[in-house]
Amino acid sequence: MTVRTRVLILVSALAVLAAVGLASVLHASARADRRDHVQAGGPKVTPGPVTLTAPGRMVFRNLAWGPHRDELTSTPASTPSAPRTASGVKCLRFYAASGTGVCLQAVHGPVSDTYRALILDARLRTRARYDVPGIPSRARVSPTGRFAAWTAFVGGDSYAGTNFSTRAAIVDTRTGALIPSLEAFRILKDGHAYHSADANFWGVTFAADDRTFYATLATKGRTYLVRGDLRARTVTTLHANVECPSLSPDGTRVAYKKRVPGLPKDAPWRLYVLDLRTLRETPLAERRSVDDQAVWKDARTLVYSLPGDYGADLYEVPADGTGTGRRISTAAVSPAYLD
Amino acid sequence: MYVADSRATRPSAENAVRPPAGRPPATGRPSATGRRRAALAPTVLALGTVSLVTDVSSEMVTAVLPLYLVTGLGLSPLGFGLLDGVYNGFSALVRLLGGHLADRGGGRHKWVAGFGYAVSAACKPLLLLAHTLTPIGLILAADRTGKGLRTAPRDALISLSSTPETRGRAFGVHRAMDTAGALFGPLVAFLILRATVDGYDAVFTVSFCVAVAGVLVLVLFVPGSPAGGTRGSRTTGTEGSQTAGTGGSQTAGNRSSQGTDRPTLRAAVRLLRHRHLSRIALCALLLGLATVSDSFVYLLLQRRLGVSDRWFALLPLGTAAAFLLLAVPLGRLADRVGRWTVFLAGHGALLLAYAFLLTSWHGTALPYAVLALHGGFYAATDGVLMAAASDGVPEALRSSGLAVVQTGQALARFACSLLFGAAWTVWGDRAALAGATVALAACAAFSLTLALRPKGPGPA
Repeated sequence: MTVRTRVLILVSALAVLAAVGLASVLHASARADRRDHVQAGGPKVTPGPVTLTAPGRMVFRNLAWGPHRDELTSTPASTPSAPRTASGVKCLRFYAASGTGVCLQAVHGPVSDTYRALILDARLRTRARYDVPGIPSRARVSPTGRFAAWTAFVGGDSYAGTNFSTRAAIVDTRTGALIPSLEAFRILKDGHAYHSADANFWGVTFAADDRTFYATLATKGRTYLVRGDLRARTVTTLHANVECPSLSPDGTRVAYKKRVPGLPKDAPWRLYVLDLRTLRETPLAERRSVDDQAVWKDARTLVYSLPGDYGADLYEVPADGTGTGRRISTAAVSPAYLD
Repeated sequence: MYVADSRATRPSAENAVRPPAGRPPATGRPSATGRRRAALAPTVLALGTVSLVTDVSSEMVTAVLPLYLVTGLGLSPLGFGLLDGVYNGFSALVRLLGGHLADRGGGRHKWVAGFGYAVSAACKPLLLLAHTLTPIGLILAADRTGKGLRTAPRDALISLSSTPETRGRAFGVHRAMDTAGALFGPLVAFLILRATVDGYDAVFTVSFCVAVAGVLVLVLFVPGSPAGGTRGSRTTGTEGSQTAGTGGSQTAGNRSSQGTDRPTLRAAVRLLRHRHLSRIALCALLLGLATVSDSFVYLLLQRRLGVSDRWFALLPLGTAAAFLLLAVPLGRLADRVGRWTVFLAGHGALLLAYAFLLTSWHGTALPYAVLALHGGFYAATDGVLMAAASDGVPEALRSSGLAVVQTGQALARFACSLLFGAAWTVWGDRAALAGATVALAACAAFSLTLALRPKGPGPA
């Protein structure tokens, strides 16, 4: 083969490859247009005022296609399939309590996305901003609205790695003081101080006293429910195999996802409720693997998301192990019940 | 885990080096004793281009994979090591296999390397089909297998198509192009994500197209048999005279290359009896045992400085940039003052970086100094080690010989990661680093004494 032939082959191949690549990029970018169009049969969404102090309503991230995709929307908590009111504020993850909201957002930079956490007031105005070090995963606000927490996946400590760690942060919304990572807290495991470079935290949930919180600690391949003390800056392990705890309104129980042996690696979890006094575990009636930090709609009902046609749908299940999981809303995620 | 590992097989594009379009491929140039700076062999440029392009392709995927798993697929990436430690051992074996296969049949380096590149390319569209962690893990493992297969034959091709006195530079140019591709890949990936909505499919498709282009450049512009390209143009006598300083071991290598070294497995194992190669392998292994994984270096730097997580992601870019800038000058320096000298000096730079991390100095220049030294370490050791090892391996066994050295180093580094991680947990980060520093100093001192011995591995 002469050089000329080779160059010719290369150039024509490059042309074909470039065309394929370009087509795939165009195809993917055309998706933007499709998603801006409302799907027939989907939930009705109209712009309007959304506040965090409207008793009996729920606020969540709307995933339905159309101009209000990814915005915080609200519906009456009793009829979640009712038409949605869209706020214009876009969040990946959201939670709210007592008129304080936390919204985890993507910021589209020139090269790559970065993420930030917004502390929102009752009218969804931004009161503070914090950098989030990775892909947002969980968000919570304490029942009084004073503290907010979030978890992010920090992708690989090496440039080319596929190993992940998590970073859980807590902020005092009154003073603005930020604890960027719970790794700074002293760990008490089985009564002893515990040190490990591989300690990871995620899924913070707050008690009503604005001092106690619960979270997941992962170390050496195992997970633990820990109780944290914001004043003493300690976390104490309570129970093994607990992820994404969610404290009940009365502070006596924790709903969580448990890794159940024998399930597929991709869908390893079941929802459980743990009684914090007796440490008795109750499996819930949802038969599918749930990868979410559940939300207590009231003292008896848990709400959680499962994958759906538009990303995720919301389901509810009784907290005592009875009944069945029931879909309450499509194309929705990250709900907060206002009271 | 180490920047040089992760980069080793990706293509990169470098402005300073133009691809060999329009130039006849193949053939290392005849060694022109009179000219100090000869043109680089077109094969080296072609291989550099292949690596550059392939690195763009694979870094595109690596850069978006976390985001894809979490936001694209809704998978929780915690708890599963997608490529766990066990796989590191397997990939080392694959590397040896690649080296051996490439040597058999009179030098099939190009085709074994090409197969490795093709395997990795084929993995890209498969990512479009896999939606759960297990198949994704398998695809990544296949990708890494392709990388393991091609590394040794590729390095052998570089060494066979360059003359002994320019080998350091040839490897330097290759590594610089490689690293440039690694830097460029994430940029391309994020530009695509920016232009699309959830455009992971587009990223994988473009990554595939880029990888195919890399394979094509290899197939079209890298000569099939290095024998035609280099053996004819380089006599044993020339090589001997150019490396006269190496003494007996070099002569032994050449003698054996003239007939007795049929590329059998046994011959590959016997390579370790060559004093030159065995010393290099031993030193690489010992020094590898004291080379702390990149991620630990960045973690230490972050802890020392309180680098925010946002900047933390940029630390590896600092190392890569220094590697990119220094690879060619240090490769040329190695040709001039001796590869072993530069190789050891590179470890001196790493030692200095450790020392900076251990001191209580908190200046703003600290991260720059540490990252520059860290990148300099790679520039002075990664390609230079291959150039140095090439001197002691007969041509017929070049791939196997380089694979042996690479594997020894990789396994030693893996062991070091495990040990260092354990020491970190038990004694804390500073004590672990102090231990690594002492170990590195000891290994470097030992290597130095080997190099200073009259018949030691001190090739020019």
